Amino acid sequence: MENSLHALGYEGINRVWVGKYMEVELAAGSREEAEKLVEDMSERLLSNPVIEDYGYTLEEA
Amino acid sequence: MKWGVIVFPGSNCDLDSYYLIKDVLKENVAYIRHDASKVEGFDVLILPGGFTYGDYLRPGAIAARTPVMEPVRRFADAGGLVLGICNGFQVLTETGLLPGALYRNRHLQFRCVETLVQVENSRLPFTAEAAEKDLLRMPVAHGDGNYYLPADQLRELEENNQVVFRYVDSQGVPDPAANPNGSVENICGVCNREGNVLGLMPHPERAGEEALGSEDGLVIFRSLLKYFTSQEVRGGA
Repeated sequence: MENSLHALGYEGINRVWVGKYMEVELAAGSREEAEKLVEDMSERLLSNPVIEDYGYTLEEA
Repeated sequence: MKWGVIVFPGSNCDLDSYYLIKDVLKENVAYIRHDASKVEGFDVLILPGGFTYGDYLRPGAIAARTPVMEPVRRFADAGGLVLGICNGFQVLTETGLLPGALYRNRHLQFRCVETLVQVENSRLPFTAEAAEKDLLRMPVAHGDGNYYLPADQLRELEENNQVVFRYVDSQGVPDPAANPNGSVENICGVCNREGNVLGLMPHPERAGEEALGSEDGLVIFRSLLKYFTSQEVRGGA
């Protein structure tokens, strides 16, 4: 991808990184509860802490 | 002695292991389903290669959270012998039964080649029939075999003799050219601290007969056999 971007003439690109983007719809009683749930599932399944970092944003539906 | 081969949706080397144990070694073997709630009466459990759950999320990630992995974990915690091959190795790192992770091959390509693997620890039930530094010819076939562990944990792994197999050249040197996937320190097989859980990326079950090009993988199965046979003798005395 980095090579392709260079081939398209984009200068100054030093690194290209592909990650994963997930959307989870969940029901929670409060923002804190939702945060706890997301962190819990991120650590237990959605990410592998040995090789991956994760971050998240919450949006109210 | 009874061997169990765990079958997940997407396992594809389950039959290879089953065949080797039943038809080459003439031993007692049974399949265990991914939704089994109990795993009883087995001496060795094998998690075979494949692409469980289509490698969704990460290889082995979904299989690691299936019902059968609870009794497998209890079996391992009680000292039971667990062997993970290829995707089975990925499942074991995903469950935390083995340290580290198997990342996408550094060159991003699937590799299906014969590798030369050096035995780095021959004092395990899995390797006792091999000599230290023995070279084994075994094939690899994977896209995610790039073993990784943070530097501090890597040191600990080496100090505890948990590195069991390494990709090497014909002189036994862990040369980068002998490394098919970019694994840290050419590592391709590790065990847990207690030495009763082993995972490796190469396929010993595909190197169990001369017709397959190599019999070198048999040494792992023979080591396990010998381990149990000698235990049975001791137990009976």
